[in-house]
Amino acid sequence: MRISKAWIVAAKDMRIFLRKKYLIYSLVALPLIIGIGLPLVLHLVGARKQALNGTALLSIMNAFSFFFGIGAGVLPIILASYSLVGEKIEKSLEPLLATPITDSELLLGKSIAAFIPPVCAIYISSIFFMGLSDLWTHNILGYLYFPNWNIGLILLAVVPLSALLSIGWSVIVSSRATDVRAAQLQSTLIIIPFFVIYIMTEIGAITLDTTTIWIISGVILVADIILFFLSTKTFQREEILTKWT
Amino acid sequence: MINIENLTKKFGEITAVEGLTLQVKEGEVFGFLGPNGAGKTTTIRMLCCLISKTSGEAKIGDYQIGKAADSLQIRKMIGLVPDNVGLYDDLTAFENLDFYGKLYECPEGSRKENIERFLKMLGLWERKDARAGTFSKGMKQKLALARALVHEPKILFMDEPTANLDPESAKTVRDFILEVKKQGRTIFLNTHNLDEAQRVCDRIGIIKKKLLTIGTPEQLRESLSKPKTEIRLAQVTETMLSTLRKLIPNKIEVSDNKLLIDVTDPDNENPAIIAAIASTGGQVREVTQLVSTLEDVYLQIVKETK
Repeated sequence: MRISKAWIVAAKDMRIFLRKKYLIYSLVALPLIIGIGLPLVLHLVGARKQALNGTALLSIMNAFSFFFGIGAGVLPIILASYSLVGEKIEKSLEPLLATPITDSELLLGKSIAAFIPPVCAIYISSIFFMGLSDLWTHNILGYLYFPNWNIGLILLAVVPLSALLSIGWSVIVSSRATDVRAAQLQSTLIIIPFFVIYIMTEIGAITLDTTTIWIISGVILVADIILFFLSTKTFQREEILTKWT
Repeated sequence: MINIENLTKKFGEITAVEGLTLQVKEGEVFGFLGPNGAGKTTTIRMLCCLISKTSGEAKIGDYQIGKAADSLQIRKMIGLVPDNVGLYDDLTAFENLDFYGKLYECPEGSRKENIERFLKMLGLWERKDARAGTFSKGMKQKLALARALVHEPKILFMDEPTANLDPESAKTVRDFILEVKKQGRTIFLNTHNLDEAQRVCDRIGIIKKKLLTIGTPEQLRESLSKPKTEIRLAQVTETMLSTLRKLIPNKIEVSDNKLLIDVTDPDNENPAIIAAIASTGGQVREVTQLVSTLEDVYLQIVKETK
């Protein structure tokens, strides 16, 4: 496999993403909500000091940290679905597949394009999240809570793994979809388990400590491997040309 | 340049192409004619290594289709203009070509040179920075042609390149095909357009799942040619008809004041026919020798296979 070929496809896709306003808005809105909106919630709640003690605040902050995992699952869906179904709608797959590029190089290129912008957006928003959260909670906690191992693990393990998971899932869903919005809608089903984890954290059913995050990362990794094989099986030129269209 | 031996493609129970055998020589423009669903696009897709063959063999240059190792080499030496142009509407004309040039591994210098040359040839250079989505259908088709040539392929596969184009755009595309032919490239052209096939193709194959016939446009016309002589008269009389029927046993059709007579040797038969008409007092207004067109040949061949 030649990474250079995959990179040509990724660069082209990212250039197209930059010209689609709704993709840019999607890419900015969710990280903005996570990076600024959630710390603002902490600030507003923390301002009423009796409402929250330090332990409860830590629990909320931990649960909020998991939003990065959720965000990393949602954002690549928007790009991957657009990139794959968009090619289908523009009927550009046939000339593209007639070039000396292999199926795996093409799939890798599409995956890179759907991976880099969302993960970068998530990382940028995490800087805001940690900074603002510390700013607005250190008077209650008496120390700076972020950065810590939990959010470090979420950002370095859960975020990339869930991004890959949603890309793999989007490839499979996009092979059947003929409309970008429909593909995006169906692909968001992959996020449900992440929300379940978040809710379980909020209600105290699980504690989001480093062990739990390692387990979650391990499960996502296994799912990634399964989806990788399924998506590469789906992404075969004959399949694409005869069944995708 | 292209050697096809008994090539077959089945989609489940449906046979799309059956036992196709033909050769296309280097520098030749080969036209592939056939009705919708005849297997033209499937053939091109197999030859471009986009879909697998079910059986048979095909070689592009020295490389064999269906061999994983050869597929990339084949795709390097071919250019494809598919039936749907498939351009990226959000990229400019230049960016579209540059992207494909990079995929074909053209060095930056020659890539930019080729892009400029082809866009200028097709009258699109002034619009090089405009997004492809703003182009008319004809302009998009021209851009798709430039895209297929940006890496200077030896063989160009074109799938109905003038379908749905206005006459002016279709002519530009046809002229461009002839220009490409002059450069010595081999062209495999799928088309519905018989006039186009006649104008640009050196040889033509008619397909309807199987190859029905193959030859130069002249050979095809001659192979099925049934010359007819059309004679317009002042009046057709029964005496005239009975005299003619005695003279020539061939089919004679009468409509209004016209006679349509099947002839085998017009140069010898026509003077005798005219003399016979004159002997019965008939007044000849006009004599026309009708020759079969490629359309007649095509329709007859396709009809015979029904």
